[in-house]
Amino acid sequence: MNQIDLATASTRDLNIRLHQLDGNGDRHWRVLHPNGKHALAVGLDAPVEVTIEGHVGYYCAGMNKQAHITVRGSAGPGLAENIMSGTVRVMGNTSQYAAASGHGGLVVIDGDASARCGISMKGVDIVVGGSVGHMSAFMAQAGRLVVCGDAGQHLGDSIYEAILYVRGCVASLGSDCVEKPMTDEHLATLGALLAQANIAADPRAFRRYGSARQLYHYKIDNADAY
Amino acid sequence: MCGIIGLFIKNPELECQLGAWVAPMLVEMSERGPDSAGIAVYRDPVGEGAAKLTVVSDDPGYDWTGVTAGLQQAFGHHAACRPWVNHAVLTATATADELQRWLGVQYPMLRLTSAGTTIEIYKEKGAPREFINRFQLESLSGSHAVCHTRMATESAVTTEHSHPFSTGLDLCLVHNGSLSNHNRLRAMLQRQGVAFQTDNDSEVAAGYLMWRLRKGATLEEALAAALRDLDGFYTFAIGTRDGFAVLRDPFGCKPAVLAETDDWAAMSSEFRAIATLPGVEHAQIWEPVPEQIYSWSRPR
Repeated sequence: MNQIDLATASTRDLNIRLHQLDGNGDRHWRVLHPNGKHALAVGLDAPVEVTIEGHVGYYCAGMNKQAHITVRGSAGPGLAENIMSGTVRVMGNTSQYAAASGHGGLVVIDGDASARCGISMKGVDIVVGGSVGHMSAFMAQAGRLVVCGDAGQHLGDSIYEAILYVRGCVASLGSDCVEKPMTDEHLATLGALLAQANIAADPRAFRRYGSARQLYHYKIDNADAY
Repeated sequence: MCGIIGLFIKNPELECQLGAWVAPMLVEMSERGPDSAGIAVYRDPVGEGAAKLTVVSDDPGYDWTGVTAGLQQAFGHHAACRPWVNHAVLTATATADELQRWLGVQYPMLRLTSAGTTIEIYKEKGAPREFINRFQLESLSGSHAVCHTRMATESAVTTEHSHPFSTGLDLCLVHNGSLSNHNRLRAMLQRQGVAFQTDNDSEVAAGYLMWRLRKGATLEEALAAALRDLDGFYTFAIGTRDGFAVLRDPFGCKPAVLAETDDWAAMSSEFRAIATLPGVEHAQIWEPVPEQIYSWSRPR
């Protein structure tokens, strides 16, 4: 096990060390005393496991590829922004726009995520053990967002083809986001996602939401307006 | 971008630590606000029938002996003027209004930063670290403090434009964000008799709260009205005589973190400021929900 202590090493020292990894040699890294610092473990591209022992600030684990990153604390804004693959797990809460624009991989938040979770998600899977704030999955294009708690206002506003599963209450749905039936296929997919995220929840307790696909194309009925 | 901080000491035995705990928090917020820094500290309440003002002089070498003599001549020998860098705290057996009227007539060149019985506001342009050193912030004791580090976006970098802004007796406001309807709101408030020192948007928010409170609203009512009338982005921390309150706008773009232990309650723009506090490893930590008022106060 390699250790980097941010009480003495800089953020740049940490990220340079992690960027040099190619998956050969010791794959386990431990980061001590993060104390809310920004941009920790960003831009990794190797099948390694990084555990951050505490709370992190803005933009932790951004652009992640292949790596498995665990934050044993809470995360500030912009967690796992633009994640491509691998997994990012936060054992506490996250601030706004977690997993924004993520293309792939899995982001697990054991606690709550605040506003704009999964905004513009493009294929990432997100599993939230608690609740999400307002405007979550805004313009979500692909991937799955699972919320075991409640969702704030305007869930899935202007959503494309992402799929949203919510167990608790939805404060309100955004434009063009509608509830859809849970089929056996969805129950199986959701069950697999929850198992992958290691979160115990019964898929049958969830409701599914997605796009009504009314905003995709120009409406000929509006031609008179011009 | 700006950094804001609130620290409330729940355990009265730890009040002597206030400055020592708040100074590293301000340092952590330097990158969010390198242009100016300020603190509203609540300490040494004056007795019944007395009032306390904080004033600032643009002249760093200002001689305050004349102020002391004038104050004692007007309000008796118990009146005092305690200089602190380029600021001074005036106390006298009088109402805050009487003291302010006297100050306006006798020393119009001195700018008022706070008025009340307990509050003192110190603020200065320049880096937070310099501010801490100049004002020996680590030595301050008190029940609570509300602080700000400013990165100016919409108006000039001067001490007048720095936060906290006084919003009435023993009240102050710090703001992270930007208001978009402040010009129209300022004009409306000026017609209602609210005076402004600058063209700063945050000062309008402070003036707005002052106006609502003068009209008899409670702090909660004034903040609920602010949610309707202020357009823009904001995280506010509001200092009151007995504690502080936090409010975020409905969009919730501007960050805020709250934390609490048995000994203290703290808010900051980022966790890294709170990370400096003793006992933080056992603190309850969460993000305040938009449009919800959070407040701490000590029973009188």
